[in-house]
Amino acid sequence: MKRVSLVVTLALAAGFSVQAASAQTLKTVRDRGMLSCGVSQGLPGFSSPDDKGNWTGLDVDICRAISAAIFNDPSKIKFVPLSAKDRFTALQSGEIDVLSRNTTWTLSRDTTLGASFTGVTYYDGQGFMVKKALKVNSALELNSASVCVQQGTTTEQNLADYFKGNNMKYEVIAFGTNDETVKAYESGRCDVFTTDVSGLYADRLKLANAADHVVLPEVISKEPLGPMVRHGDDQWFDVVKWTLYAMITAEELGITQKNLDEMAKSDKPEMKRVFGTDGNLGEQLGLTKDWVSRIVRAVGNYGESFDRNVGAGSKLGIARGLNNLWSKGGIQYAPPMR
Amino acid sequence: MAIEPRKPPSQLLSNLQRALGGRAGWSGFVLQLLFVAALAWVAYEIVANARANLQAQQITAGFGFLANTAGFDVSQSLVPYSGSDSYTRVFLVGLLNTLLVSVIGIFFATLIGFLVALGRLSPNWLLSRICGGYVELIRNLPLLFQILFWYLAVLAALPSPRQSISVFDSLFLSNRGLVIPKPIGTAGFEPFAVALLVAIVAAIALSRYARHQLFESGRVIKVWPYALGMVIGLPLLIALIFGAPLTFETPVLRGFNFAGGSRVIPEFVALTLALSTYTAAFIAEIVRSGILAVHKGQMEAGSSLGLQRGSVLRLIVIPQALRVILPPLTNQYLNLTKNSSLAVAIGYPDLVSVFAGTTLSQTGQAIEIIGITMGVYLLISLVTSALMSLYGWRIGRSMG
Repeated sequence: MKRVSLVVTLALAAGFSVQAASAQTLKTVRDRGMLSCGVSQGLPGFSSPDDKGNWTGLDVDICRAISAAIFNDPSKIKFVPLSAKDRFTALQSGEIDVLSRNTTWTLSRDTTLGASFTGVTYYDGQGFMVKKALKVNSALELNSASVCVQQGTTTEQNLADYFKGNNMKYEVIAFGTNDETVKAYESGRCDVFTTDVSGLYADRLKLANAADHVVLPEVISKEPLGPMVRHGDDQWFDVVKWTLYAMITAEELGITQKNLDEMAKSDKPEMKRVFGTDGNLGEQLGLTKDWVSRIVRAVGNYGESFDRNVGAGSKLGIARGLNNLWSKGGIQYAPPMR
Repeated sequence: MAIEPRKPPSQLLSNLQRALGGRAGWSGFVLQLLFVAALAWVAYEIVANARANLQAQQITAGFGFLANTAGFDVSQSLVPYSGSDSYTRVFLVGLLNTLLVSVIGIFFATLIGFLVALGRLSPNWLLSRICGGYVELIRNLPLLFQILFWYLAVLAALPSPRQSISVFDSLFLSNRGLVIPKPIGTAGFEPFAVALLVAIVAAIALSRYARHQLFESGRVIKVWPYALGMVIGLPLLIALIFGAPLTFETPVLRGFNFAGGSRVIPEFVALTLALSTYTAAFIAEIVRSGILAVHKGQMEAGSSLGLQRGSVLRLIVIPQALRVILPPLTNQYLNLTKNSSLAVAIGYPDLVSVFAGTTLSQTGQAIEIIGITMGVYLLISLVTSALMSLYGWRIGRSMG
């Protein structure tokens, strides 16, 4: 991975990003015929390749939705697996068009990286996983524990804050990739593995005996995860932002992959706007009138994607919780489409 | 400028011409000048372009981030460090960890390398085959694989802290590393240290005197019993008067881990083991080639003087072999230092891991951080090769 960051640093220095900075990402993607999407190196439920090399997951669906909106084909994507520490450099250098890789939205990331978050695909929080045999029931009992963490994440800083704030000592061992971190935890090098709660559930599936490990109840941070694009291209920013909102709006209106064609015939003014039979919202974004249909046909609405990848319909079985619609007790909410 | 007044200026000019332009004279000089100018222009373009791009994308640039609070912790640090220190401190912590693993790795790699080389040249069939097998096995496996082997296969097999292997209830070996009692100086420490120092200086003086006597009058003085007596006896006497110079803080298992004592983390052990055994395989071959490069007659001459094999090697062969060995040995030292950056795979907090890894990711300032890191490795390498050249120059001089 070191080589990747070196190459992109040099590319940055040599100025390959001139074209990227000149606010033409949508056109560049169209001309290339391919969306370049930065994803994780394998986090079940969010972005991971199956045994045939097909990428699936909630983060992957965002990329597929963008691809569907542009090309009417959810498969015109080049997936670029990135470690936590290389992801921003890859975006800055123009190697990828969008970073959809369980990345936490923070103020300093919005301001110093030359990139912006477009929305929140998953409201997460950081938690801890320990072996059941340790008989620990709360994170406050972790004084003097060894903690395995993936380096280059907000997780590392939250961890320091939490232990310092609670006057507890700990030893941190930071690894370059998530797999190395999980392996070290499994080998017994650490007592505790920490990352976002969704990640804990996902990684627990990778362990030899998942039932021997327990996720502690404490959630020590706010981790709103979302896609990122480079600064300086407002049109592209809008495309990525509204792709997610289209998925959420579809769920709000009850549009699903199954009833899509039926709903498209609806006479309701709201439906007509969304499906593009009235007005030109899609064209205002630089897309086509039927962009929402294309998205829903490819990946379903937000709720469908959630269930399929991380929710009840997946191995992870995570409850909707905060990620439910605002009308159903969660905080997922799309601005009006008009 | 020390120009001798008698020297005619034309000769100075032609010397200058040859120095600057080589055989081609002035035209060569102009070509070189153009080349340098072109290089400078390319460098300027790169810097200017990078600046423009960074500004266009509103990426923060500059070195101001070095003063910001790091906010994350590190598992091993040679200087006091906490999460509320700055990124500059993180840089120092990472640099020292890199230097620590490099220096200790170089020491063991050299030691093992020399021993394996001598073993491979030994007339003992079994020993030479074992050493040959070592070289062929180790140098043909990828280093990253070996680091992971030591870390995941060997050290992970150790028990958890609660079941750790203990020696006299003071040394504990577990998958958290090796915990040893921590020495703490008492009031008697200073006189003890002074006594030890005095004894060592006296022992060195004595051996110099003995050597002088040997060359001057051929008289052999047995130095080591006196030296040993002084180095052990004098500090012991002082300790009896002032009391024990050190007490030891014994580690105790508390909660998840050991409290008190000093700890060697398994990441450090795995990295040092892998780096030193791997590099030793190459050093062994370099040393072997150096020894074989010394003319056979030298060894025979030594034997005919009645010297034993060990003495022939130590006094005659190795000093001559060193001339051949040193340059490629320097290469291996540099390789070891650079290879230590593979540490990130096993979570050892070296410079690449904490600075070019975590710090880069937190600040996003790739160009500055990669630039600093490359500069540091370059500097370490240049200093190492300068020291080795100095050593080579001294050997060359001492042999005339």
